[in-house]
Amino acid sequence: MSLLEVRDVTMRFGGLTALKQVSLVADQGILGLIGPNGAGKTTLFNCISGFLRPTEGEVLFQGQAIHRRRPHQIVALGIARTFQIVKPFSDLTVEENVLSGLGKPIYPRLHAFWQRTDGPEARARVQGLLERVGLLPWAKVKASSLPIGLQRRLEIARALATEPRLLLLDEPAAGLTSGEAESLAALVRQLAEEGMAIILIEHNMRFAMNLCHRLVVLNRGEILAEGRPEEIQRNEAVIDAYLGRVRTEGEGG
Amino acid sequence: MSYYLTVAILVGIWVSLALSLNILTGFAGQVSLGHAAFFGIGAYTSAILTVNYGQSFWTGLLAAILVTGLVGSVLGLPSLRVRHDFLVLATMGVNFVVVALFKYVDFFGGAMGIVGIPAPSLFGVTFRGGLPYLALVLAYTALVWLVSWHVSRTWVGLAFDAIRLEEDAAAAVGISVPRFKIYAFMLSAALAGGAGALYGHFIGSLFPDTFVFIESIVILSMVVFGGVGTLRGPIVGAIILKAAPELLRFVQDYRFTLYGALLVLMMLFQPHGLLGDESWLWMQLRRLWGKGEAITGVEGQEMAESEEVAA
Repeated sequence: MSLLEVRDVTMRFGGLTALKQVSLVADQGILGLIGPNGAGKTTLFNCISGFLRPTEGEVLFQGQAIHRRRPHQIVALGIARTFQIVKPFSDLTVEENVLSGLGKPIYPRLHAFWQRTDGPEARARVQGLLERVGLLPWAKVKASSLPIGLQRRLEIARALATEPRLLLLDEPAAGLTSGEAESLAALVRQLAEEGMAIILIEHNMRFAMNLCHRLVVLNRGEILAEGRPEEIQRNEAVIDAYLGRVRTEGEGG
Repeated sequence: MSYYLTVAILVGIWVSLALSLNILTGFAGQVSLGHAAFFGIGAYTSAILTVNYGQSFWTGLLAAILVTGLVGSVLGLPSLRVRHDFLVLATMGVNFVVVALFKYVDFFGGAMGIVGIPAPSLFGVTFRGGLPYLALVLAYTALVWLVSWHVSRTWVGLAFDAIRLEEDAAAAVGISVPRFKIYAFMLSAALAGGAGALYGHFIGSLFPDTFVFIESIVILSMVVFGGVGTLRGPIVGAIILKAAPELLRFVQDYRFTLYGALLVLMMLFQPHGLLGDESWLWMQLRRLWGKGEAITGVEGQEMAESEEVAA
């Protein structure tokens, strides 16, 4: 049984079919989801994380159907995500942003009315997570005042605070300098080595090729190819649909 | 003397109303223009129980808190479907409906309202107004403040912050957005309900017109004027906006003109309110107390960079 199984997922918005019978599996390791703009990558993330309900098909996590569940229930099962357009809690400090993820097991319980957030254990875990993503010096800073590169790290730290088994990263390297992207790649690799399953959407081909163990190429809502990075690099259909155009097209959401 | 006591009691009741709305609007970010409805539901609950069913004031007060909390969690349901300006409209609608029920349903006394609401008694001593009643109101206000303070330090408070700032991200850390919105409505309504009971037993009679939509605007003005989301702002806002018209006759006549003008000016020049975290006055006070300012993003960044260089 695979950790995550997407089975024939179709997502239609009125007349537009964003995903057409997409199937994939993910286990431990780093799976890259690549494809041109509008290929349906973020839509697929939204279907997995409960922000969208697939029109057809199902999503199984550890053998359990999750495609009818709501986002907070899916987080509770162990799937965390980041957002392509970062969504930090702007008015809260970096520390409080990460803290919010630690509350995952407490929010559904009435205990949340009594238990205070400033316990020593929570504090220590926040420190650890901030250290891990390199945000410790900014702990007391308002999230909104961080530059974009650090906000992306903050999103990851907040997602990690929910202790996921599967982590969905939506363009984690977008807007990062090459140095920042490298340290991000190191972090992702380390998480994978510790046993976490990771799916990441990436526009930067070199970044994805270097980092991912396996790649899935989406084009116009359909899976075009799937395989190891070196296989994808040689795949004619992929080169036509994506790699060939990427040089002239530039980048974007 | 008793006139000033009366003003102080009314101010105390409105401070607790402003603090209760602050939980919903300031903490959880759900702007409501229907808070007077909850105020009224509490007042009517206690009045009906004491006048028609012979219950004591204390039972009435407790029931007002519980019933209004329950009704609040039901009336909060629109917030699960609509956001922002649409929610404001929905809460307005709720206010109109509640007042209409008070006015046209006989059970609630109709347009004639409810009269002869008994004064509370404790250890055989009955008190309407005066220092004991002020003490009672202040104790309740302190309770509302303590609840607010406590909530702001718990996981519920953090979840409210998260929902106010970014609903999708809140869901992504495991917060059930609907559940916590209902919690906010329930808490906020329950505390307003208690204030309503205190009002009814102080005045002795209730009329539907006390709880109309314009009163909701007044309560929201107090919260916004003082500093929405803080534990001090709504207190100061309610004291100023309630006491000024009572104490200064010429202000009374132009009460709503004053409220309107103040709101416009605040929104233009001090959107964080008089004592909001980023208001001019609060910054000055912090400087005076020598607390300094928290590390800003830029300073923090420089600090970190110098650390990296050192390493």
